[in-house]
Amino acid sequence: MTRVLLTITLVFSIFCSFACVQKGANTSTSTTTGDTIKVGVYGDLTGQTSSFGQSTKNGIELAVEEINAGGGVNGKKIQLVIEDDQGRPEQAKTVVSKLISQDKVQAVLGEVASTNSLAAAPVAQEAKIPMITPSSTNPKVTEVGDYISRVCFIDPFQGSVMAKFAANTLKAKTAAILGDVNSDYSKGLTQFFEEEFTKLGGKLVAKEAYTQTDPDFKGQLTKIRNLKPDVIYIPGYYGQVGIIAKQARELDMTMPLLGGDGWDSPEIWKLGGDSLKNTFISNHYSAENPAPEIQNFVKAYKAKFNVEPDSLAALAYDAAKVLADAIKRAGGTDSVKLKDAINSTKDFAGVTGKITIDKTRNAVKPAVVLELDPASSKLKFKETISPEGSAPAANTGSNTNTAAAANSNK
Amino acid sequence: MDTFVQQLINGLTIGSIYALIALGYTMVYGILRLINFAHGDIYMVGAYAGFILATSLGFASEPSAFGFVVTLVGSMAIAAAIGMAIERFAYRPVRKFSKMTTLITAIGMSLLIEYLFVFIFSGTPRSFPQLLPNSNITLFGNATISTSQILIFAVSILLMILLQWIIFKTKIGKAMRAVSFNINSAKLMGINTDFVIAFTFALGSALAAAGGVLTAQYNPKIEPLMGIMTGLKAFVAAVLGGIGNIPGAVLGGLLIGAAETLVVGYGSTIGIPSTYRDAVAFAILIIVLLVRPAGLLGSNVQEKV
Amino acid sequence: MTSSIKTFGIAAVCIAAFYVLNAMMSSTGFFGVGIDDYQARLFAFIGINIILATSLNLINGFTGQFSIGHAGFMAVGAYASAFFTVTYGKAIEGSFGFLGETVASSLVLLIAIVIGAIVAALMGLIVGIPSLRLKGDYLAIVTLGFAEIIRIVILNIDAVGGATGYQVSGYANFLWIGIFALITVVVIRNIVRSDMGRALISIREDELAAEAMGVNTTRYKVTSFAIGSAFAGVAGVLFAHYNKFLSTNDFQFIKSFEIIIMIVIGGMGSMTGAILGAIIVTLLPELLRQLPDIQIGSTVFKFADLRLVIFALILIMTMILRPQGILGTSELGGFLKRFRRADKSTGGLS
Repeated sequence: MTRVLLTITLVFSIFCSFACVQKGANTSTSTTTGDTIKVGVYGDLTGQTSSFGQSTKNGIELAVEEINAGGGVNGKKIQLVIEDDQGRPEQAKTVVSKLISQDKVQAVLGEVASTNSLAAAPVAQEAKIPMITPSSTNPKVTEVGDYISRVCFIDPFQGSVMAKFAANTLKAKTAAILGDVNSDYSKGLTQFFEEEFTKLGGKLVAKEAYTQTDPDFKGQLTKIRNLKPDVIYIPGYYGQVGIIAKQARELDMTMPLLGGDGWDSPEIWKLGGDSLKNTFISNHYSAENPAPEIQNFVKAYKAKFNVEPDSLAALAYDAAKVLADAIKRAGGTDSVKLKDAINSTKDFAGVTGKITIDKTRNAVKPAVVLELDPASSKLKFKETISPEGSAPAANTGSNTNTAAAANSNK
Repeated sequence: MDTFVQQLINGLTIGSIYALIALGYTMVYGILRLINFAHGDIYMVGAYAGFILATSLGFASEPSAFGFVVTLVGSMAIAAAIGMAIERFAYRPVRKFSKMTTLITAIGMSLLIEYLFVFIFSGTPRSFPQLLPNSNITLFGNATISTSQILIFAVSILLMILLQWIIFKTKIGKAMRAVSFNINSAKLMGINTDFVIAFTFALGSALAAAGGVLTAQYNPKIEPLMGIMTGLKAFVAAVLGGIGNIPGAVLGGLLIGAAETLVVGYGSTIGIPSTYRDAVAFAILIIVLLVRPAGLLGSNVQEKV
Repeated sequence: MTSSIKTFGIAAVCIAAFYVLNAMMSSTGFFGVGIDDYQARLFAFIGINIILATSLNLINGFTGQFSIGHAGFMAVGAYASAFFTVTYGKAIEGSFGFLGETVASSLVLLIAIVIGAIVAALMGLIVGIPSLRLKGDYLAIVTLGFAEIIRIVILNIDAVGGATGYQVSGYANFLWIGIFALITVVVIRNIVRSDMGRALISIREDELAAEAMGVNTTRYKVTSFAIGSAFAGVAGVLFAHYNKFLSTNDFQFIKSFEIIIMIVIGGMGSMTGAILGAIIVTLLPELLRQLPDIQIGSTVFKFADLRLVIFALILIMTMILRPQGILGTSELGGFLKRFRRADKSTGGLS
């Protein structure tokens, strides 16, 4: 019995010594905040979705470098504290609590995947630290609370944009969906594409799914081929859709393929090649756009990281810039003022369009439909679809708010 | 009918890849009774080695058979060397310890390779260059087969014949069979068991690397974590066929590949949605093991008291 | 008699300590002394991991079975109980509201724990029964397969959030986690020391011999599986209601591997070893985050990015240099005692 006693005391002393070590570290970090503004960044840098995390990190780093080179915000430099969550929601929550309670960051930027943002957002909300997610598109994320906002549009809007494009512009009568079962982004787009497309009189003939680790997609494609849909909607990420396009063309499927902003990456040209003819995506911006913000961003990003930016990098860049702008307007990092400043962002000229944060803290901006042109490896501008009236007649009140806010801005 | 043929071709393509990887699992298990969890990652290492070779030697810009062969053989050689190094520095020191210890070492090795590659190459997927011109051949009706699929079949069959020849017709193959039968007796017969084990790792790793390069020709996206699921399914294939049994690994690989694709294609008609694809391999495995614990072609080993 | 008094005493001291820690985690702190959220989370995860490690230790360490799918049972417990509390939690709290808020929410958590434990135990039975026919690696791969199937099935159920994740109310706090960690350790320690424990260890040492000696190996193996799974389910319930968010991404087989790593690093078949392993595996990756960046020339080496590589290296080195784990099959107390004894005796074998 004494053994057990001894054991438990030992275990406890390990517990307590740990706490003491951490306490010491704690006090030293809190004193370092002088003329810098600490901003936390969390994302998947080592897991299954680490390519998204890396792009996001690059975009934020570029924005902060530019801000600091221009003298910082209110005379203070921004210092980034970047943590890796391995793409695991449990870890996302842990690192955000670390960023807030240990590193004492004044704002948080992240995550890409809505699952991880949803896990971590309550921590930021409870600690009253503003969090801007660059690219989590699930409507639920900003419903967590008033400290959580985003600079991208939400699934309902993007899904319905493509449904409209399919039904009105391409005159498609039947469609098939091939989505990523493991991705909330893909599930959201699938749901709202289906709703809008059937509302517009189209017929959904197949709804298939894949996972990111699938080594091939021909099984699903062969099944879809038999049903002869007019278009296939593939709301996924470029890593898979490039291959899907290639394998679809190998199966002699020539119908238009439609996608979302997840397709936007320079890698897709190498993966898909000529198969990407006759494909269309919805996106935040067109890199062809001659606007100086966009061209400067593309140039600077290429110079720094030696690759072309994808949409995640562009959104991350905007998120950091929106935050800096809000800090400037709030005159500091007082959390209530900063939150209000972020939430009242209006017509901010970002790379991904004019960003206005609406009542539900979602970004309101028009979407563009782009056509992929493999010959020049460029995305060709096709049409712009504005948010007004485009919010589907879905259950949540937030959607109607989006539309209303958009109208009032016009 | 042509849809079914199409699905079968799709399934057998991916099945051949599983079979190539499963061979490595089954050989290592047959000799060391070790589940080499890092084997799936060797498949990934092979794909990356091929990627680096192809881009640095300039094969990426102009497709040629020569470039493909050099890339394939080169990446097989690199993977073989890495496989031997892993065996020498991680597995040999723990070989005498308990099964759990060796298994944890293998898991640790797998994590080490994955995270090291994430660190070096970042998680961003790379696109593997097209080394041979790809075109489509229509078999009949709607059923098509691409040249990259034919390539997978041809190279896999070639490698399997080669492996069969090594194991049954050469001296080292005889030694491998002896070691797998009884390692201690083999040692007493004067066989250098350490060398045989290292050779087995090299052989298995080379086959996995070939699988990696061939997959990359068919599905050009390579990323550091691509070996986890594929490796796991290949292992399932090895167990399904009867672990330690070479024809069994091939049979298991083809079966898993075909079953997966058929579930995607026809599962919904019997109430299994295509999203259960990854569960299929495991479900088949569990059922087979319950009915025939030694696997399809494995022989039941009677336990001695 | 005296030993049971002692046991109760120790339990009381532990619970008091948990209470103080729990109070320190609250916003006001314990007499103004507090622990921040991040540290609080790590304490809680240590507790949850202790439950997972000790319960897997019963299966792997003491019975000598080979399960590498523990995260699957955890997921079952987590999702089943979360579905219960999300659907009925508010109603039960409402109808027992007259007992006060704390009692009512505790009641919900306790029911959730019972549900999680039962569902996970049933799953354990389903997996345990094949273990009658399968041994060693075959069993291992079946458990791994089961865990993956469970995860994929949950991923396809939209009622529990699917890929988006599942938001759960936070009924559990550190105090509950601590108490259940304590209960788990005590129960499993008592099982190991009972007749059943002797039977389990005999199965681990030599199954055929155990059977020849009249041990009903089948029954004991399945029981051990079911009990281990039940506790994994409890850990899942606590995780769900502490983390307040569930996603199938948290139950991938890497999680099962982590639990195995805990018991292997600590020493298989050692109660304190499992506890020690749980603490190390929880804290080590977090401590490695603190690694500084090193700048050589113009390139900055981010050591924190290498933390998982270092973690894997430490794992492999532990296996090569100390394959039985830190404690082997001995307990921490005994280990120290022997160490002291060896210190006193001047050389020679003891």
